[in-house]
Amino acid sequence: MSCPDLTESEPTSKAPDGARDVLSGDDISRALRRIGHEVIERNKGAENLVVLGIPTRGAPLGRRLAAAIGAVEGIDVPVGELDITLYRDDLRRHPMRPAHRSHIPPEGIDDKVVVLVDDVLYSGRTIRAALDALAELGRPRAVRLAVLVDRGHRELPIRADHVGKNLPTSRDERVQVRVVEVDGLDVVRISGGEAR
Amino acid sequence: MTRHLISSADLSREETIAILETAVSMHDLQRRDVKKVPTLRGRTVINLFFEDSTRTRSSFEIAGKWMSADTINLSGKGSSTSKGESLRDTARTIDAMSVDALVIRHQASGACHQVAQWVRASVINAGDGMHEHPTQALLDAYTLRTRLGELDGRHIVLVGDLTHSRVFRSNVITLKTLGARVTVVAPPTLMPSGIGTWSATDGFATGWDLDAVIDSDDPVDAVMMLRVQRERMSGGYFPTAREYTVGYGLTRERLERLVARNPEVLVMHPGPMNRGLEIAADAADAPQSVVLDQVSAGVAVRMAVLYHLLAGDESTRDDVERSVSA
Repeated sequence: MSCPDLTESEPTSKAPDGARDVLSGDDISRALRRIGHEVIERNKGAENLVVLGIPTRGAPLGRRLAAAIGAVEGIDVPVGELDITLYRDDLRRHPMRPAHRSHIPPEGIDDKVVVLVDDVLYSGRTIRAALDALAELGRPRAVRLAVLVDRGHRELPIRADHVGKNLPTSRDERVQVRVVEVDGLDVVRISGGEAR
Repeated sequence: MTRHLISSADLSREETIAILETAVSMHDLQRRDVKKVPTLRGRTVINLFFEDSTRTRSSFEIAGKWMSADTINLSGKGSSTSKGESLRDTARTIDAMSVDALVIRHQASGACHQVAQWVRASVINAGDGMHEHPTQALLDAYTLRTRLGELDGRHIVLVGDLTHSRVFRSNVITLKTLGARVTVVAPPTLMPSGIGTWSATDGFATGWDLDAVIDSDDPVDAVMMLRVQRERMSGGYFPTAREYTVGYGLTRERLERLVARNPEVLVMHPGPMNRGLEIAADAADAPQSVVLDQVSAGVAVRMAVLYHLLAGDESTRDDVERSVSA
């Protein structure tokens, strides 16, 4: 999970006020397929696209989005992972976080349209860090942002181009995205906070 | 993670592996056009070197700079130490400037441990006398893991001047931490006293006969030649350089026998090499040699060490008193 604070996960089963599922596995698949179509429409095809997922859970979502785009257009969409740990602005506020490797497709990102993929868009700080990381890897023609869930509460002037689901939340709620590749199941869950 | 890195024994298996994994992503950075990340922006790292060094000091300096820390080099010769200032006063003076890390190389064993008692900054041992050199052991382990994968059960042979070697001490600890089997070979005069107690542990063997180790039934995965440290010797350890080479040098002939038993064998040397003494030029430049890989790994591993010691929130580290970080 690449957003700080409240999205860091804890088991939900014991949440006192009960967790509720807002997206099922099928919903997630449908959202990714729709986003795939949106990306193609916006880009007028799948030419020059590079999909980069932000670990942890943005990475498998990025691979699925690239596959969805590829299935529609009948091509292989270059896909990779962009680790942003070294670019975070909150490193000194948290215990040491391990850094992971980035995997950039061999084509590179120069003059490509990079689609960043993350699970939850919250403060926007992860994306700011991702933009810094991208700038040192090359100069994309454009950068677009696709997220599975936009929960609001931005702290920076950043917005997503493609959103799986807008999820109005309060800050004391916890949004958890679970994906098969990491957690063994696909679900988006809200827990905590005042009953709404 | 501890606050200081004084000994390889400060790191658990999990911490050692975490640093080595981080070093993999740091190594990726090294291959990019733009090699800088903002991770340690605003942090200050002082390299305090009381002994000569090329690769350790320059790689610590590069590592700090690529992570956006401010790095400053101080050598014993150019500092107030040459005017008679004590190590304690020098260390406390630098610490009073609110630096975040002190990378120290000193000719006295235990100097880093001492300094760590006196300062608030993180202390990183870059080699103290005949004691330890933990970042060298980490970069050797990194080089080995890159080629061999996990080191559990691998057979690593260290040959040479063990008595004077901090590289040997740190390497044995780190290799054992990672599950490798270690055989150390040295002439009797250069075998450290008390090594008998080490040999009692599993997967650790000592020998005086390099040829017997090479020809044994246990193939060697990597052979690490240690430098004969003439500057620490006051004579009398072996009769002539030629005699040392005949008994313990990695000659072309010995390398051929190693390769015959294991074509994938790796040849390592922490540098600087005495070509023709402990390692023949043929062996140093052989395809099996990973000496330059070791140097290349040095920067990545030191970036990983700086990251693990400096990047997180100080107050969450296990051994920091709140009053110190306040």
